Amino acid sequence: MWKFFHQLASPPHFYRLAATLMPWLAVPALLLIAYGTYAGLFLASPDYQQGDAFRIIYVHVPSAYLSMMAYMFMAISGAIGLIWRLKLAHAVGAAAAPLGAAFTFLALVTGSIWGRPMWGTWWEWGDPRLTSELILLFLYFGYMALRSSIDDTAKADKACAVLALVGVVNVVVVHYSVEWWSSLHQGQTLMKKGGPGMDADMLYPLLAMILGFTFLFGALLARRIRTEVLYRERRTRWVREMILSPEGGR
Amino acid sequence: MKPRQQRMLAVGLAVAGVAIAAALTLKAFDENMMFFVEVSNVVAGEYPQERNFRIGGLVVEDSIEREEGSLDMRFRVTDMRCELSVMYNGVLPDLFREGQGVVAHGAMGAGEVFIADKILAKHDENYMAPEVAASLAKHVDEKMAPLQEGGAECNSG
Repeated sequence: MWKFFHQLASPPHFYRLAATLMPWLAVPALLLIAYGTYAGLFLASPDYQQGDAFRIIYVHVPSAYLSMMAYMFMAISGAIGLIWRLKLAHAVGAAAAPLGAAFTFLALVTGSIWGRPMWGTWWEWGDPRLTSELILLFLYFGYMALRSSIDDTAKADKACAVLALVGVVNVVVVHYSVEWWSSLHQGQTLMKKGGPGMDADMLYPLLAMILGFTFLFGALLARRIRTEVLYRERRTRWVREMILSPEGGR
Repeated sequence: MKPRQQRMLAVGLAVAGVAIAAALTLKAFDENMMFFVEVSNVVAGEYPQERNFRIGGLVVEDSIEREEGSLDMRFRVTDMRCELSVMYNGVLPDLFREGQGVVAHGAMGAGEVFIADKILAKHDENYMAPEVAASLAKHVDEKMAPLQEGGAECNSG
């Protein structure tokens, strides 16, 4: 058990592990998203009020879910990095940030496109859900800007981990905004009391998309972690040996 | 205490501290965090006097009156306790219909009428096929009837 964790903390081992994991994450992602897209567009029945327009939910909800999950992932990596002085954990956080920002952006854009025909507005300032999700995007931007503004990696890691941890409170606000305050945004569908407020033929494609997006996040993250580790370890012997070896670092 | 445990405590305290600070700030701004004011509060006179604000509620069935040859319209919104008349002149979102949740932006005019300059439609968290909705509607009508009749008293202030 401990041997596994110790190996995990070793960059060369982690670099290879990420490569091994890649197909196991990418293939399920592809299958689930393919099924979810097809079923969401063709098998799910139109909504009784919104008709076919509700189908944007199959991109909007998974993106929004991952915008928060990626942030928690980033913050927890930062905490592990701070507490256990684990450089690799900071590398994982650094790799997750742009992915989280991308999902947040996607959630905001799809939400806006959905809001225009249904609510009658692209954007409403003052809505707690919309505003807190926008703050989430700025937190990701802040994290990335802070990282690139500090040359010393160890210092950048520490500062970014603290920023990520401070921002966790906003994720809680995003999640509960529709319950704590009145909002234009509708409430929770999936985690509603008394079960999801959705018919099964609409629900299963959505769950498949959420799971598929999560696998996609994992696959992209594994890819980005490899780049991050390689860059951070560029002056080490194992990287040099790997690149000069006949396999050339594969 | 080991240094690692100290760091763990520091991280835990920092997160807790930020959470408490955020909770207090949000609590202080509670009213401003609300996207809209409920109809009961408006009827009771609890709304911003000096500026425009939003109200939210359901459009009362059979309450929409349109002016011939113009966009002028009038309807009532309810939060299941109180009702309020709304006047509006403009384009409505697709989802606007009787029984639907709406958010109206504007100000109170003379005679307990809300003059709206913008109407947004709100939809709820339930998604279902039209057939399912039709069969459910029967049950909902039975459930909602006592709520509308014997619900809490509307106190106007």
